[in-house]
Amino acid sequence: MTFVAKPRVRHPLLPVNELGLTRRDYEGSVSTLCAGCGHDSVSAAIVQACAELSLPPHKFAKVSGIGCSSKTPSYFLSHSHGFNSVHGRMPSVATGANLANRELYCIGVSGDGDSASIGIGQFAHIVRRRINMLYIVDNNGTYGLTKGQFSATNDKGSTSKRGVPNLYEPIDLVSMALQIGASFVARSFSGDKRQLVPLIQAGLMHKGFAFIDVISPCVAFNNHNGSTKSYDYVRGHTERLVSADYIAAGEEITVDYESGMLEDVAMPDGSTLRLRKVDEDYDPRDRVQALTQVQRSAEAGEVVTGLLYVDADAADCHDVLGTPATPLNALDDSVLCPGAEALEGVNAQLR
Amino acid sequence: MKATDIADPNYFHKVVDCQWACPAHTPVPDYIRLIAEERFTEAYMLNWDSNVFPGILGRTCDRPCEPACRRVRTEEKPVAICRLKRVAADHKGDISDYLPRVPKKKNGKRICLMGAGPASLAVARDLLPFGYEIDMFDRDPAGGGMMRSQIPAFRLPADVLEEEVDLILNMGVNAQFGYEITSMKEMLDMDYDAYFVGTGAPRGRDLDLPGRQEVDDHISIGIDWLSSVAFGHTSSISGKVIVMGGGNTAMDCCRTSKRLGAERVTVVVRSAFDVMKASEWEKEDAMSEGIPIINNRPPKEFLHDNGKLTGIVFECVRPIPDGRGRYRYEPSGEPDVVMECDHVLMAIGQENHCPWVERTVGIEFDKWDCPILDEDTLQSSHPKVFFGGDSALGPENIIWASAHAHKAAISIHLMCQGKDILRDRPPEGVNLISQKMGVHQWSYDAEHDDSKRFLVPHANKRKALDNIKIEVELGFDARLGLKEAQRCLNCDVQTVFTESLCIECDACVDICPMDCITFTNNAEEGELRTLLTAPAQNDEQDIYVSEELPTGRVMAKDEDVCLHCGLCAERCPTNAWDMQKSVIHTPQLGSYASG
Repeated sequence: MTFVAKPRVRHPLLPVNELGLTRRDYEGSVSTLCAGCGHDSVSAAIVQACAELSLPPHKFAKVSGIGCSSKTPSYFLSHSHGFNSVHGRMPSVATGANLANRELYCIGVSGDGDSASIGIGQFAHIVRRRINMLYIVDNNGTYGLTKGQFSATNDKGSTSKRGVPNLYEPIDLVSMALQIGASFVARSFSGDKRQLVPLIQAGLMHKGFAFIDVISPCVAFNNHNGSTKSYDYVRGHTERLVSADYIAAGEEITVDYESGMLEDVAMPDGSTLRLRKVDEDYDPRDRVQALTQVQRSAEAGEVVTGLLYVDADAADCHDVLGTPATPLNALDDSVLCPGAEALEGVNAQLR
Repeated sequence: MKATDIADPNYFHKVVDCQWACPAHTPVPDYIRLIAEERFTEAYMLNWDSNVFPGILGRTCDRPCEPACRRVRTEEKPVAICRLKRVAADHKGDISDYLPRVPKKKNGKRICLMGAGPASLAVARDLLPFGYEIDMFDRDPAGGGMMRSQIPAFRLPADVLEEEVDLILNMGVNAQFGYEITSMKEMLDMDYDAYFVGTGAPRGRDLDLPGRQEVDDHISIGIDWLSSVAFGHTSSISGKVIVMGGGNTAMDCCRTSKRLGAERVTVVVRSAFDVMKASEWEKEDAMSEGIPIINNRPPKEFLHDNGKLTGIVFECVRPIPDGRGRYRYEPSGEPDVVMECDHVLMAIGQENHCPWVERTVGIEFDKWDCPILDEDTLQSSHPKVFFGGDSALGPENIIWASAHAHKAAISIHLMCQGKDILRDRPPEGVNLISQKMGVHQWSYDAEHDDSKRFLVPHANKRKALDNIKIEVELGFDARLGLKEAQRCLNCDVQTVFTESLCIECDACVDICPMDCITFTNNAEEGELRTLLTAPAQNDEQDIYVSEELPTGRVMAKDEDVCLHCGLCAERCPTNAWDMQKSVIHTPQLGSYASG
């Protein structure tokens, strides 16, 4: 880990956002992860995304479980709310936080161990419940914190550092999320911020459950020849399917792309999601096609990246439950405890 | 852009802004680190090696290094480089073991040095260890030249001056003081193997205005007056004094007058305040001593009452910026002003002036009466005669004299050894030495210190104004010196990039506090500068570009505001980044020394 503190001084010409803050105001403490860890790039992408959107840092709830990935919320948005939960139980905490205060932007960061092994049940159910949050999995296919055992997302045949191949089929979290109701599903690569930052922005602003599976190489235990989650392998086998740009409401929309490859999706808050496709026939609003494409590419040893599926009008958990628009933590006693008469009314309905 | 050639000594030298800006190329960060380690003697010797007069320069240098300091660009105020030099001088121990040995047996070559100022002294220092016999001639009764005659004691105490001047004289110079040179031909007839002219710029400019001749008794030329004060011929000045001029000599004149009993002292300058030649701190010190500086007032006429000066008439002008940092002046429309005065000190510039060099001896002069010299060798059109310091290129600072002296000494040595004085000069060079000591250990203090520039303590003002010998600036003590030293960014510890090791993981990009590093597609410099993470608008600072990486991109680093904090190297998993100290070899005669 690094002992040198990051100097507070910044580039004198660093852009200032609408809140008068620079990117540096969205950082956290210096990472204690291994030098070169992909997760640090994901944190940097979150910092850049939030700064560019001019979102107030204190309006964030960041939650995580256990593992290298789950340490990362310390490394971004140091002025926000945070909870580092029990292994695999981040979804429960995120659900509670979101129910209590629906006005916070909720970012969950988890890993392949945290979400695909110990927490796979929790993962499945938070997807089903459509919690309005951005759920990022820093996916490196290995248990880095316990020195490099295969994780549940490690591809069959991919080898360990000592050359031993993995014997089991991988769990594909993207396919799972598509299957059980996520309304925003993307995959990206930690080494490709030009794709990742806009995806994080779109995911944050998406209403409903937004899932991004980020292939994030483990430099210490899974960045060798034979690994399918190394920097070199991912760079050599990536197929960028759909790029997404988030365009805030009122911002000028310019057209600089071949029509047919370009698709604008209106978001409920008035903003626009601009999708740039590589394949004209691919429809990122067709869930079944998305699933098929992901499976086909996986079979061919390719990693499809980009915004694979989006349903901008999907209902989130609050819509499903019909909760009031005011956050729970802002409701006063008279609303939360309407008195004996109201209780009578409820009881009467049940008689 | 083409990949940067870091083997070019100038590339990393330029990154060390202070060293690059210093005419003598003093290795500033290196000596500042030594001060931080309380190794004052070594810090002093590092300075002595390159600029010859650390104690003197630590008080009087014009500090070209400070405006160049990177800290001006990253934060606000530069490291107090000059005052740290003084810390080294003030706290040094015995230096005798570090001094070069001068052979008893001479090499048979005799060199004549004209003038005993900084340029000649530095040439003597460079040549003596090689066995040259050095004869030095000066009209003043003691050595030091303008350092002694023009810099008042409240800025440069006599003991500091004498220590560094005597150090060189005692290395074996045959000095003849009180020797007024009147003829170059006579000197050439003495048949030395080489001549070095370091006679400075001893003629102060005068101003031919109406009334000038009539009031001659009440007007002194600034440098001559300072010199007569320095040698004790003048010890008082009375009445109202006007100092004309805006350079450091003017500041010395006004502050000296104040100390010698003037009733009122005023500085009047023809031009605007911010383009005055005087150093910022000299102006501040004068003003803090209660001396008004009045700008935009060109003089018109001296008023007198039967030969007794009564005042000066000044015109009022207004500066109009010309858009290139300069001004032109036009009448402001205000009526002319008359300022009463009893005495005028004229400090409006000086000239190098060699009336004693006959124009028939083979030394050619240009239309400004400056000797025509080869820029690299400082050789005049007479092959045996070299010039340096103010007498070479006009009035400059002491630090230039040291720089010229090193050049001239190399030329003289090569000539005496029968070599080509241009082709056989020692080359510039650079060594790169990794500073990595362990996994997270660097042999320099990488951590950034965001302290503001520390103020230097001053002597009690009333006491200082009473006595010309009381030094005004007290200098940093060791504790403050250490604190100020910590502000240095160690710009000589370079970020060195090795393409073949890079896995393009972006760790360096993410950690860099100044957003210096970008991985991008290559382009021509103009375009590349726009592709970087943070704007690279300072064209004077280079972009460090790597060879093409496996993804087809290049690493491009804007050197402009890099803090040299080492975080890129710290966070690099493959050591593609390393922090390496660049040791710049500036040619000096010592480069030839063996053993």
